Amino acid sequence: MTRVSPELAARMKKAEGFDANACFHCGTCTALCPLGYKILPRKLFHDAMLGLEDRVRANIPQIFSCLLCRMCEANCPSGVHITDNIRSLRSLINRQVFGLK
Amino acid sequence: MPLPIAPILGIFVDNVRKRGSVLPLSKRTATGWARGLDLPRGGETVLYTGNVYQMIPAIDAMSTQMAMLENSFLTRFFGIGRLVNKFVNMSFFMGLTASSEKLRHANRVLRDIVGLLRNAGVEFGYLYEDEFYAGALLYDDGLDEAFGEHARRVTAHLKKLGVRRLITVDPHTTQMFRQAYPRFVKDFDIEVQNYLEVLAQAHPRRAEPADGEVVVHDSCIYARYENICEQPRELLRAAGLSVREPELSGKSTHCCGGPLESLFPAEAHRISGIRVDLLEAEGKNVVTMCPFCWVNLSKAAGDRLVVNDIANVLAACGQRDHRAALKAHVAEDNLVRAHGVA
Ligand code: SF4
Ligand code: SF4
Repeated sequence: MTRVSPELAARMKKAEGFDANACFHCGTCTALCPLGYKILPRKLFHDAMLGLEDRVRANIPQIFSCLLCRMCEANCPSGVHITDNIRSLRSLINRQVFGLK
Repeated sequence: MPLPIAPILGIFVDNVRKRGSVLPLSKRTATGWARGLDLPRGGETVLYTGNVYQMIPAIDAMSTQMAMLENSFLTRFFGIGRLVNKFVNMSFFMGLTASSEKLRHANRVLRDIVGLLRNAGVEFGYLYEDEFYAGALLYDDGLDEAFGEHARRVTAHLKKLGVRRLITVDPHTTQMFRQAYPRFVKDFDIEVQNYLEVLAQAHPRRAEPADGEVVVHDSCIYARYENICEQPRELLRAAGLSVREPELSGKSTHCCGGPLESLFPAEAHRISGIRVDLLEAEGKNVVTMCPFCWVNLSKAAGDRLVVNDIANVLAACGQRDHRAALKAHVAEDNLVRAHGVA
């Protein structure tokens, strides 16, 4: 069963500039991403915002794989700041999981 | 086993905190390219390399070794590596196999940038060993606290030296100073221009059309973060070359895989392979604008493509035999002789 972490959901809401809630899940970003992972970036934001901590942890390699190339962001119809959101997630993982600052 | 992310990031953080750079660079490697150019020390306007071109040989050597380690049982020992790195500079040993050919390339690019700016009548100084890496790797990997500390330290240092305007030479340093520093450094007011913008503003004269053709590979950062798409094309055309666009170019450019080199080398190679195929479909002479794009694409292309940095191409076009620009090995020999860079 997937564990829901209200803290994670709350932290993501508060993370500066994290605007994945503007996403309406059209899938353009995932289709254009050169990495071709199903999780990037749309599903990842979904898991983080719902506080699905186990899934976010399981996706750490994909989160750190993002090229920050902005192919997705340049074409997002909703203007989501995708690469900033990914950086925010990395920053959170660095602090909470890796103990790095 | 894949490479462990946390200890590698930890090594980057430790290196920047302790040594001011993600990878150690000797003073000679960092500033040797400027020997004999008589660049004034400092001043209000400085050419800022951020040591990125100079780091390419070490980054390349390190990524080759990381690729060998990926999926090897040795990855288990990275935690110990971080501990040792606090006392002995481990990444120094990883970079020891850095090729002198890559360093020559990096030096030549920087020297050509100086030549191009001088030809355009731009005046500037250089900070020599007073120059620091801008911190892109920390910022990109979300190491915000370490990046913020570093950015504030670099800014204070630049202010102390009286620097007011930077002319940057690579996309990552440009993006750091223009987009990341203002977020982390209060009242950051140093003006930042990229050398391609400076050259394009100087209205380059249109040369006789040459019979050369180049395929442009845009850097993701220039194209989608910094809006630098038109300038390189304008400069190449003004140098007399005809510019060919591969599938996925300009604002839609396809990444070279570079950002993955340190953590996921195998994936980086897959991405650069895809890009090489797209470029090859359009022609053999490829022009890059970023040191990471150059190193990744030339490695992935092997003999299939001739990959040159735009500074070398533009500078060679200014010389009598512009065709030299289109043959990497020829250009290399000519330029090394012309500049006497060993
Ligand atoms: S393109 Fe934008 S709106 Fe569409 S799924 Fe991706 S982030 Fe959401
Ligand atoms: S920025 Fe990341 S998620 Fe977006 S297209 Fe590039 S690699 Fe994929």
